Amino acid sequence: MENIETGQLIKLTVNEQSKEIYVRNSETLLHTLREKLGLMGVKPGCYNGDCGSCTVLIDGIPINACHILSVEAVGYQIMTIEGLKDQTIPEEFIKNWAIQCGYCTPGFILNSYALVQNNPDADDAAIDEWLESNICRCTGYQEIKESVKNILNVKR
Amino acid sequence: MNSNNFSVVGKSVPRVDIADKASGRTKYTNDLSSPGMLHAKLHISDRAHAMIHSINLKKAWEVSGVRAIITGESFPFPVGPLLADRPPLALKKVRYFGEPIALVVADTEQQAKKAAMLIEVVYEDLPVVNSPSEALKSDTPLIHEDLGSYKVQVKGVYPVPNTNIANLTKIRKGNLEAGWKNSDVKIDSKVSFGPSDHAALETRSARAEIKPSGHVIVHTASQGPFYVRKLLSQFFHIKPGMITVHTPAVGGAFGGKGAVQLEFLAYLASRAVGGKLVNLQNSREEDLMASPVHIGLEARVKLGATQEGKLQAAEIEYLFDGGAYSDTGAGISKAAASDCTGPYSIENVYCDSYCMYTNHPYATSFRGFGHPELTFAIERAMDKLAEKLNMDPLELRLLNAIKPGDTTPTQVHLNASNIGDISACLLRMKEMLNWNPDTQIMKTEDGKIRAKGISCLWKTSSTPPNATAGAVLTFNTDGSVNLSCAAIEVGQGTKTVLAQILAEKMKMAMKDIHVKLEVNTHHDPHQWKTVASSTTYIAGRAVMAAADDAITQLKKIGAVALKCLPDDLEVGNSRVYVKDSPEYGVKITDLAVGYKYPDGNTVGGLVLGEGSYNVRHLTPLDPETGFGKPGPQWAVGVQAVEVEFNPEDFTYRVLKSATVLDAGKVINPQAAIGQMRGGMYMGLSWASRESFIFDGHGKILNPQLRTYDILRSSEIPEYLVDFVETPLVDGPYGARGMGEYGVIGMAGALGNALAKACGTDLYQLPLTHERIWGSMKGGGR
Ligand code: FES
Ligand code: FES
Repeated sequence: MENIETGQLIKLTVNEQSKEIYVRNSETLLHTLREKLGLMGVKPGCYNGDCGSCTVLIDGIPINACHILSVEAVGYQIMTIEGLKDQTIPEEFIKNWAIQCGYCTPGFILNSYALVQNNPDADDAAIDEWLESNICRCTGYQEIKESVKNILNVKR
Repeated sequence: MNSNNFSVVGKSVPRVDIADKASGRTKYTNDLSSPGMLHAKLHISDRAHAMIHSINLKKAWEVSGVRAIITGESFPFPVGPLLADRPPLALKKVRYFGEPIALVVADTEQQAKKAAMLIEVVYEDLPVVNSPSEALKSDTPLIHEDLGSYKVQVKGVYPVPNTNIANLTKIRKGNLEAGWKNSDVKIDSKVSFGPSDHAALETRSARAEIKPSGHVIVHTASQGPFYVRKLLSQFFHIKPGMITVHTPAVGGAFGGKGAVQLEFLAYLASRAVGGKLVNLQNSREEDLMASPVHIGLEARVKLGATQEGKLQAAEIEYLFDGGAYSDTGAGISKAAASDCTGPYSIENVYCDSYCMYTNHPYATSFRGFGHPELTFAIERAMDKLAEKLNMDPLELRLLNAIKPGDTTPTQVHLNASNIGDISACLLRMKEMLNWNPDTQIMKTEDGKIRAKGISCLWKTSSTPPNATAGAVLTFNTDGSVNLSCAAIEVGQGTKTVLAQILAEKMKMAMKDIHVKLEVNTHHDPHQWKTVASSTTYIAGRAVMAAADDAITQLKKIGAVALKCLPDDLEVGNSRVYVKDSPEYGVKITDLAVGYKYPDGNTVGGLVLGEGSYNVRHLTPLDPETGFGKPGPQWAVGVQAVEVEFNPEDFTYRVLKSATVLDAGKVINPQAAIGQMRGGMYMGLSWASRESFIFDGHGKILNPQLRTYDILRSSEIPEYLVDFVETPLVDGPYGARGMGEYGVIGMAGALGNALAKACGTDLYQLPLTHERIWGSMKGGGR
């Protein structure tokens, strides 16, 4: 059964750098970012859109990298945790003890960053809903929510 | 102990691993890239109990890039930590849905996966055993026909040949008949729940390589790299010194990564391709179904008490759902027997605790090791007893709380050090939750019912009698110190706590302590495993011993430099100085790699501190009575929840969740609070909704995080946490350990609160809205 998978050379903009990469057409962005570009801050937890640990920002919108093909990401600004320059959220996570094993952390930080950027007036209910997409199995969520609330309160 | 005397212990110093984690730069097992590495994928069973008639690999071999395919025949011997009962790949028959049958090694993960999917297995179905009580019946088919021939690996595991019993632990304390005679009030209570999962966010993964020298290198997301080494050595006959196991950061474990499974497979995969490095990572579906799970239980608890509420008798049966293989399930049933009554003083106790084989996925340790499970059974029974006695549930617990002078079910004598203070925890909880008869059930204005429920908890760490840990200290030329210790950082903060213990002992600043986060069996000192909330105690004592050793050496060289006796000296603030004139001293920087005289001559060499510790005086349990000492000490606690129940639609919300724990001295309060909150969350998630859903044939219907439902951020309660600090005399600075305890009482507290709110018995987990509706209306039956 000689069916060779088809692929192509594409150009992705990742963390403000342009990258030329050969990808399979069926390759997810999660795979490309990790295996081809070595961006291991993009964490797989389910490969199925259920856990949010692979969250990246695409033109500022949080997207599960396991749920988008690399060929679909051409032409957009892709940001991973490695490209996050604003350290406000990571510092707040540190201050609030919102990190234990750290596996969910990149996804939560990027998701929270997108919330703060896109929805600075979010009330508690909106914060809750926004964070629903991500699973943390260690902390019990309170510290993560507090971190986000603290930042939004300062901004208000 | 006066915490004011400590400079680092008892302080919420930041975690040592935090900066890298916050920037996403921490490396977990599957983040290590290695060019040329091959990839393995499993073919898993879609039957729960069947003979394997044939396996057709033809189509799989046709996929390009496939380098090897192995099946059960490639290693036809059973493995297992307590009882060797599980072939790494199914042999002749499958015993659970999801059991690995074959493994494909290919150049890429995609090729391996494609080929694995093309493997064709022809089965002959066998009757499926769906529950532990069914497994116990004499006419139920045997899951392991050869149970009698399996090798028992450790003392104290008692399988019963020609049955489905993987282990039976018996407790016989006092005289049960006399106990019943003295009892004015008796209750008979049952609970049950099926298997669920750890669902750590990082799925399990392992890599193996066999060097031409014969040296085996394994990288794995494990709580016990030395344990992996031990089992690989034992079952594949490789000398331990020829095996190196490396564990980088671990993305959550909760007991599930203490089991050895993928490591065996990765080794066999590498062997099949001439020793090349092979990677095997679970998909989420495989992690839930094929890898070991959180154990289920069916329990029956009978309690007898006097009119005043003093407990007289307990007769208990625990039927654990160990699943298809015993793994640590056999140990869980033993641990549950040891602490079978919960933290109550009862003279007459009779308990049969079984680990049963069923056709469910096999169970391994889950945070709490049998205790969250037994506690649900006991605490529901205690509430029923309180109701029958017309007593406040908290007062009933206070009256019966176990204390120094009492004995445990295995007849260990308790003293002021080896057990925490349950009564103090109860009284603190009473205050914290404003617990009084009027506030236990209240109607809200909009017709909802608010109710509170409480649970006590206790646990000793059932460690093997030789559980050990070591620590090695080396010094840098800037006077800072490196700590190497095989405790695994799974998120619980162990490396931070150990660094604090070292800083306190050396009277050094935290910034001068460097803890190696990764563990490698080749250069770190031996440690049993990072489980059982035992690391602070065992590894903490090893670190203190290593610090003592380093201090002795520093004083010895310091004495030369300072022209006095070592006894005249003290170590602190990165200096060695004369006790009675501290201004006269020498910096550790100038001693750590030898003290240099002005003329260049050097004395002393390197300062290398080493220390170890192992648990003492533990004994196996007597097979007939359970008499014996299963663990060194008992941490205790009380947990409670407040729920708001809507009788209109049977839904509820948990408003508050509280823990008061006595785990001895708290080394890092903020980290400890995080452990308690995370534990409460995990316990509530399990108790309220987590469970595998099986069809009648043992097939798992919810093998994804979308359908295996976990609590999300919007559903969490307000958490309240407090500590009582009864010191463990030989614990580091009085600490006991606490990683598991936050989970233990949650199902009991939630069940008790909801039963009160609904006015009906709730005896099954998870406590879903549908199940409550069923219990109240007889619906869904
Ligand atoms: S891995 Fe993408 S959402 Fe879980
Ligand atoms: S910190 Fe472990 S999953 Fe969130």
